[in-house]
Amino acid sequence: MVDVQVTNISKSYGQERQNAVDQVSFSVSKGELFGLIGPDGCGKTSLFRILTTLLLPDSGTASVNGFDIVKDFREIRRRVGYMPGKFSLYPDLTVEENLHFFATLFDTTIKANYDLIKDIYVQIAPFKDRRAGKLSGGMKQKLALCCALIHRPTVLFLDEPTTGVDTVSRKEFWEMLKLLKGEGITILVSTPYMDEATLCERIALIQKGTIMSIDTPDQIIHQFPKKIYAVMARNMGALLADLRSIQHISSCNAFGQYHHITFQDEDVRTPRKLIEELEYRGHVDMEITLIDPTIEDCFINLMDRHGN
Amino acid sequence: MNQFLLFVRKEFYHVFRDPKTLLLLFGMPIAQIILFGFALTNEIKNSTIVIADYANDIASHQIIEKLAASNNFEIQNQNLSHVEIEGAFKKGDIKLAIVFPANFNNDLLHTNNAQVQIIADASDPNTANTLTNYASTIIKDYQRELTGNIMAPLQINTNVRMIYNPELKGVFNFVPGVMALVLLLVCVLMTSVSIVREKESGTMEVLLVSPFNPILVIISKAVPYFFLSIINLTVILVLSTTLMGMPINGSIGLLYFESSLLILCALSLGLLISNSTDSQQAAMLISLMGMLLPVMMFTGFMFPLENMPTGLQLFANIVPSKWYYIAVKSIMIKGLGLSEIWRETLILAGMTAVLLTISNRKFKIRLS
Repeated sequence: MVDVQVTNISKSYGQERQNAVDQVSFSVSKGELFGLIGPDGCGKTSLFRILTTLLLPDSGTASVNGFDIVKDFREIRRRVGYMPGKFSLYPDLTVEENLHFFATLFDTTIKANYDLIKDIYVQIAPFKDRRAGKLSGGMKQKLALCCALIHRPTVLFLDEPTTGVDTVSRKEFWEMLKLLKGEGITILVSTPYMDEATLCERIALIQKGTIMSIDTPDQIIHQFPKKIYAVMARNMGALLADLRSIQHISSCNAFGQYHHITFQDEDVRTPRKLIEELEYRGHVDMEITLIDPTIEDCFINLMDRHGN
Repeated sequence: MNQFLLFVRKEFYHVFRDPKTLLLLFGMPIAQIILFGFALTNEIKNSTIVIADYANDIASHQIIEKLAASNNFEIQNQNLSHVEIEGAFKKGDIKLAIVFPANFNNDLLHTNNAQVQIIADASDPNTANTLTNYASTIIKDYQRELTGNIMAPLQINTNVRMIYNPELKGVFNFVPGVMALVLLLVCVLMTSVSIVREKESGTMEVLLVSPFNPILVIISKAVPYFFLSIINLTVILVLSTTLMGMPINGSIGLLYFESSLLILCALSLGLLISNSTDSQQAAMLISLMGMLLPVMMFTGFMFPLENMPTGLQLFANIVPSKWYYIAVKSIMIKGLGLSEIWRETLILAGMTAVLLTISNRKFKIRLS
């Protein structure tokens, strides 16, 4: 069963009518954890606002829970949970008051749905009398998630829930999403962090308002058209410059400790030849390994292809 | 209903947990009533004057005594010569000089035509005017006492009686004006800022994606400010009756009813402002600048509306505080009832209805 259906949605802003969302189509099945992956300003937030009935699309249609986002917006608002990218609770109310407020807003009680948020709420329960504005970033996100879940939504929209949150809290947050998936809640989550993509069941890679690819993370990685190598040497800065100057290397990007490269036409001897050439240019302590591409490699690859 | 009450409670939390809001809400009215009541009156008290008394006889002495007894004047020097007067003015510490010529009493009794010269510092024309009026009144008073027994031929006595406010107290004018100003400003500012704050902080986004009727969000915001304004009004009334001797001759219930109407009108105006702006600063600026000046100018308590050009007089009709001011003055000072101020009441109610309808129409159920 399809919970979210998006067909050719477009939305543009401002005088230049630049498309924030351009002819986007996808669908999300019930109980699926679906990720929208893309950099800042690629249209994720606009898309979320359209699906949560906060914005009207310029063209195209979409439905959530089988309800049309324009016609049946009241029905959708009753059913979905939405957590905006910006912290959107009342900083001058305490943790408990916030939760109570949102429960009552949806005409329910904390008690009625406590089992759903229990695993999350116990982590912030020790601070229940603290004002929400005084919580740490990770705590704020947990509270916001509790508030978005308190009415047991059928579809949960999380707009960049892990932006500005420390690594440990990010990890915990994704653990929680997995638990929620077990409850049968359909989750749409957006993130600019490529490493989080593999935690979703299916992902859409978005750039400049258009979807470049939709598939499971494994499939997207599998579809990477070339072999990819990680190269390392003592002087990484000079190495990057040299790699980029070499003709038969088709792409070269810095990835933390390594540079990831692909070759234009490659055979078994190509990596060996590269090492020789680099040695000739004076690099030492070199290392070159064949690796599995990451989502980020795929994203950059797709982006280059779309750009041209 | 449960939801609505919770919403109202949440709004009260917002107010009581923010010291700045509290200060603005209760500090501003108290400061204003005290400022306008005590400091900024158009009565002139204790002006220093000098006297050049060349007569030095019984009549001049009696008039000087009367001048000294009045609390409008404080005599700095009685024995100046007329050449020293200009010097005293130039030093700037006196406002008025009175010169009695020699043989003042003789002239008065025998020729029936004595002259007194009053010299005023007209660099501030209003003060000069008022002070010369005060002085002439005192001198005429003395003359009347003298001629009281003797029947002068064909004398017309104008007998002026100031009703409702016999002492011509400025406070009577200012208190209703300040009430209008405070209620209107505080309510417009508070509602517009508190709604825009929800937009700015993003909580409006979350509120919209809920089954709660957005109109109720707005109404629940108005409820606390309505109550707080009523408390405010009570504080102003208590202060002005106890400290300034302001009477409430009419019905207190009617006074609160008219005030409630103005508060509702202000709340809907605040709502309208919040609909058309997205930042707290803009809301605050529009509320303050857009309200303060028109309310000060066109309510009638600072500048008489009758003296304004027709265009401005017409404009004053759309300023709600003008009608409230008329109604409140009628109730508090003249002690009139609803039957005499139904017109003002109806206009205020009409304005509220129109503003509410417009802001309800303009209310956005989506983000843009």
